[in-house]
Amino acid sequence: MTLLSAPARHLSEPFGDAWLPSLEDLIGSGCRAGADLVEIFLERTDRVGVLAEQDRVTSVSPGIGAGAGIRVFLGQRDGFVSTNDLSPDGLRRALATALDMLGLDLSLSRPSREGFAGFRQLVDHGSRKADWLERCPDLATSTGRLLEGTHCLERVGQHLQVRRGSYARDWQEVLVACSDGTLARDIRLHQSCGLSVLAADGEHRSSVGRRYGSSDRPDDLIRWDAEASAAEVCESAGAMLYADYVEAGQMPVVLANRFGGVIFHEACGHLLETTQVERGTTPFADRVGEPIAHPAVTAIDEGLTGEAFGSLSMDDEGMEPQRSVLIENGVLKRFLSDRAGERRTGHPRTGSGRRQSHNFAAASRMRNTYIDAGPHSPGDLIRSVDNGLYCKSMGGGSVGPTGQFNFSVEEGYLIENGRLGKPVKGATLIGDAKEVMPRISMCANDLELAAGFCGSVSGSVFVTVGQPHIKVDSITVGGR
Amino acid sequence: MSTLLNGDRLADTLGRLAAGMGIQRWDLGAGCSEDSSVQVDRGEAKQLKASQRSSMTLRVWNSDGLVGVTSSSDLSDDGLERALQGAREASAFGNPDDTPAFSPLCRAPLPELERPLADHLGIRRLLDSLKASEADLLQRHPAIETVPYNGLGESRSERLYINSDGAVREQRSTTASLYLYARAEEAGRKPRSAGAVRLAHGAGDLDHAGCVAEAAERTISHLDYAAIDTGRYLVCFGPEAFLDLMGAFSSLFNARAVLDGVSLTRRESLGQPLAVPFLTIRDNGLHPAHVGASAFDGEGTPTRALSLVEDGLLTNLLHSEATARQFGVAPTGHAGLGAKVSVGADWLEVLPASPERRGDTGLSRGMSDTFVWIDSLSALHAGVKASQGSFSLPFDGWLVRGGERRSIEAATVAGDIRSVLNAIVALEGEPEILPGGRCPHVWVEGLSITGEA
Repeated sequence: MTLLSAPARHLSEPFGDAWLPSLEDLIGSGCRAGADLVEIFLERTDRVGVLAEQDRVTSVSPGIGAGAGIRVFLGQRDGFVSTNDLSPDGLRRALATALDMLGLDLSLSRPSREGFAGFRQLVDHGSRKADWLERCPDLATSTGRLLEGTHCLERVGQHLQVRRGSYARDWQEVLVACSDGTLARDIRLHQSCGLSVLAADGEHRSSVGRRYGSSDRPDDLIRWDAEASAAEVCESAGAMLYADYVEAGQMPVVLANRFGGVIFHEACGHLLETTQVERGTTPFADRVGEPIAHPAVTAIDEGLTGEAFGSLSMDDEGMEPQRSVLIENGVLKRFLSDRAGERRTGHPRTGSGRRQSHNFAAASRMRNTYIDAGPHSPGDLIRSVDNGLYCKSMGGGSVGPTGQFNFSVEEGYLIENGRLGKPVKGATLIGDAKEVMPRISMCANDLELAAGFCGSVSGSVFVTVGQPHIKVDSITVGGR
Repeated sequence: MSTLLNGDRLADTLGRLAAGMGIQRWDLGAGCSEDSSVQVDRGEAKQLKASQRSSMTLRVWNSDGLVGVTSSSDLSDDGLERALQGAREASAFGNPDDTPAFSPLCRAPLPELERPLADHLGIRRLLDSLKASEADLLQRHPAIETVPYNGLGESRSERLYINSDGAVREQRSTTASLYLYARAEEAGRKPRSAGAVRLAHGAGDLDHAGCVAEAAERTISHLDYAAIDTGRYLVCFGPEAFLDLMGAFSSLFNARAVLDGVSLTRRESLGQPLAVPFLTIRDNGLHPAHVGASAFDGEGTPTRALSLVEDGLLTNLLHSEATARQFGVAPTGHAGLGAKVSVGADWLEVLPASPERRGDTGLSRGMSDTFVWIDSLSALHAGVKASQGSFSLPFDGWLVRGGERRSIEAATVAGDIRSVLNAIVALEGEPEILPGGRCPHVWVEGLSITGEA
């Protein structure tokens, strides 16, 4: 086989009616070979990344791509094949490989238990977005806006050794066809821009970055408030430049809103994906209907919030996203489920089947995930702590196979006698979901969301995390 | 093994298309691979995967000498043409202050890489093999009930570098990997998890028995855990943990990071002390144990071993063509390919300066009294501030007292990498070979450990 035989026509043409006969033929063939379910995911992408450093644009990186992911189910097993070869022969080879993995032969007839009765009418979320790529800023505008950002940093920051601005535009067209009749098309547009600085004064150093992102908003970069972003980054870097390292130990913690929501994402959200139920790595698998968190906590995952980074018109299995109340007043209500999760665990799909690209099979993943607002003011939470830590800005985090989570604090302050004290750095929060969720005892009334990326079994996907200010009664703070 | 890439044809096509567009200077890095892998769950196949991937990064220099780049998964003639157009458009935004050029070594002789090309076993044999390893691991201890993260895969790939000056580099390779991460739980206790990884040139060469034994031993050793008091401890880093830590701070040796001002080292740091005098650090992408070895980097520069720290002194930095030019040295074979070329380490070796110069030889895991033995670090992406030097990382490990070791419940280790490198008190034992490099056990004095109540 030579990859150079792959024709390129599909790279530049939208996924339209011309594809339907071949998709129908492929899926019909797969079912006749005995597959319970055949799913085809077609994708083409157009991306660009821009980096500005100090007062120069130092990298402009456009990228284009296309490919397909074909998944075949037989009982609870599945075979998945991805390919860049979108020619009819290439797709047929991929299907044959996927079938062969399950002991099925494309050339032999073995009736499917679930069958294929043809596609339902196309659900086309992409038609109204057809011109979005063209409406995104051109390279001159993008680079200009980023330089505006680094100039703002220069203007408002002090002791800045490095100033960086970055922008990413990620356009993706997908077509999902499945033997259950699903036929759905979408165009996704994600843009994010960020500013980061390294401040240095003698031996004192601080590095701070912020990212802002949206989906389905072609003019996102035009609307970006570079001045406000630069002020936020520089204020944080300035506060942390001379900060002492935090004293380690157990203590109450107040986490700020927006990206503070990463605590729920890592501590609990991943454990409510059916992917974790399948692996037996969630302590909550049999606890639907039982309290797993403090009654103050109501947590939601959905893909519906306007132009939020994790919003979707449809998931990567063609299903429109549902609003899923995961925890209501502390009681576990449901899990996030995808097609494989539904087949293997029985939890109904929630429109949460997501993947980074055609190279990954979809898996149950979070979308916009947040703890709902409570009745308190942020000040109430801080006043309720005698000695603790206020985490104004969070870095990244992760959760392990036993539910142990951790995440870093980018900007933190001591709380002393109910008031914010001096800034501290180097803190890492670690804990166990089962133990920490009951300790989230207060939620404020200032819910806000923040854009981020989540890496897991089906790659890196756009997500939103969020929360109001919350108080955790006790958590381990690692430091020096 | 059939050929996935056709370098001559790509060179001819690109040359013709570029000439038609008036582009005189270009280079291309391309790769193709065919992979298959399996995953099992308690004796049953769970997900079986295969992929066929192609990718390329194309750079062009415009008439002003500025560079533009495009990446694409389409290696067809039409794809190349679109990529050329995209790169030409991007070149208008090239950085005149830091323009990459062809590596002066892109046509120099390549090192001989003796890496066998293994035949594919096929997905059925992979599946049977992984099922057997999972079953073996599950029966090692009653508390091990699942192996939630496991996988066995094999891959064959080809990569290519060509440029308009006639440089052509091609390489074919096969690799295979096995990972087994077990989860164990005893009544009334928290679940514990640990695992092991093995790499080889072919799936038939993978050390299944060793992987199972290591995953079992690690997992079982963490069952009887206890909290540790917060405080400062003498710490012994296992080879994997220390290599991970050095990898997270490899910007210390990265000339790109130095020039960008985000490294802890500077131009003037060369020749200056960075660590204790009995420490040597090398990058050696050609080491025979480096399964993923490559004979050339993204710019076509030959791969070579490079001394980074000798007798505790910083001796060299990792370079691309552009950074090497700025430092007045030769590129070292550590570049990627892009408008702004990235630089990265291949395969780090942490070694004693000599068998006699390895610090306090009285320290040993079997004999020393009280210390924390760190087996593995996690969340390096979140807990390391490479540009500041600080880290605060969760770890798996044991508190060793009077020769007895006990697993530590959730805890973090924190410090500053510069202090760590100067607080090393011993390098114990022969360096162990791991997928990412080789390293002995590294003893460090006075590190801060935070335990969970």
